[in-house]
Amino acid sequence: MTDQEGGDTAMSQPMTLRNRLSLNNIRWVKAVSKGVMTLLVSTMVSMTAVAETGGIDSLRTIDLSVEPPAEAMKKVLESDTTFHRDFIEQPPLIPHDIRGYTVNKDVNTCLQCHSWKNASKWGATRISVTHFYDREGKQRADVAPNRYFCLQCHVPQADTAPLQKNNFEPVDSLK
Amino acid sequence: MSKDFFLKRYWKMLTTPAGKISMGVILAFGFVAGIIFWGGFNTGMEKTNTEEFCISCHEMEDNVFEEYKATIHYNNRSGVRAVCSDCHVPKEWTPKLVRKIQASKELWGKMTGKIDTHEKFVAHRREMAEREWARMKANDSQECRNCHNFDYMDFSEQSARAMESHTKAFLGTDKMLPTGETCIDCHKGIAHELPNMHGIEGW
Repeated sequence: MTDQEGGDTAMSQPMTLRNRLSLNNIRWVKAVSKGVMTLLVSTMVSMTAVAETGGIDSLRTIDLSVEPPAEAMKKVLESDTTFHRDFIEQPPLIPHDIRGYTVNKDVNTCLQCHSWKNASKWGATRISVTHFYDREGKQRADVAPNRYFCLQCHVPQADTAPLQKNNFEPVDSLK
Repeated sequence: MSKDFFLKRYWKMLTTPAGKISMGVILAFGFVAGIIFWGGFNTGMEKTNTEEFCISCHEMEDNVFEEYKATIHYNNRSGVRAVCSDCHVPKEWTPKLVRKIQASKELWGKMTGKIDTHEKFVAHRREMAEREWARMKANDSQECRNCHNFDYMDFSEQSARAMESHTKAFLGTDKMLPTGETCIDCHKGIAHELPNMHGIEGW
């Protein structure tokens, strides 16, 4: 008896929910324009796509609920010269390891060599003059605060293959 | 004699030649006692050179030791380490003793809580760092050179930039004499975070 009742409620609950949803839908169709409906449908479609990947390729190949084995650490590419740039205004890559470098309000290890004052002593690349302009375009006496945190734009390059094949080509002037 | 003050009695005993004990016994006793006291003294001093001893104070464990753990002198590919005393205490006996006596000031700092919070530590970082830089400058970075011996450095294995700087500092070139710079002049903050470097030469 109790089993029967339990089964009944389990069956009837989604039915009522579905009924309620469809009722709501009918009300909405009457009340609001078709645009809202398309929005709803598209959101639902995209939600299912995320859950099952929907046949779309993803960089993540492992089930999210399983902890994947850790990848080996990548070595940093080091060079005595600079790396070429792929697009104009690309922040140049850092051609050396930066383990233990500190950039905070007290000290900036990068500028120990790359500041205008010290660059020639170390044979390092000087930071460009653009770093002296603040966001209002006003020239400052030293590196502008919004350009002080080097690693926001400049990064070392790991010695690794691209995750995804791509056909990007630099403009002719940078080839 | 028994009516004398006890200090006087002991003084008499110590100044009177021993009547009943042989010279051999006195010498043997002195020899053994010497080993025990001298050995004990040095073993005790060596105990204060261990990492466990240094980080038994939270001032060291929570600040400098945490920072040091991320650096190459703690963690590296070959597993060779330099512990606190390798860099901060001279290896030779006399300079070591001098440094240990100076360190008694740090006990006073501990008692008065000079750097007992991280904020206080950071506030005093520049002052403490400058003291250590000055010490290393004065002894020609002896503690660096205990391991990093300039005579055995293969400059050709170094990067071009490092080779050039080391040549200028230690050997000089055809055009110039060695600048006489020592390790700490360039290699600051290699095992700990740096203080505010404003106004420091080379920064």
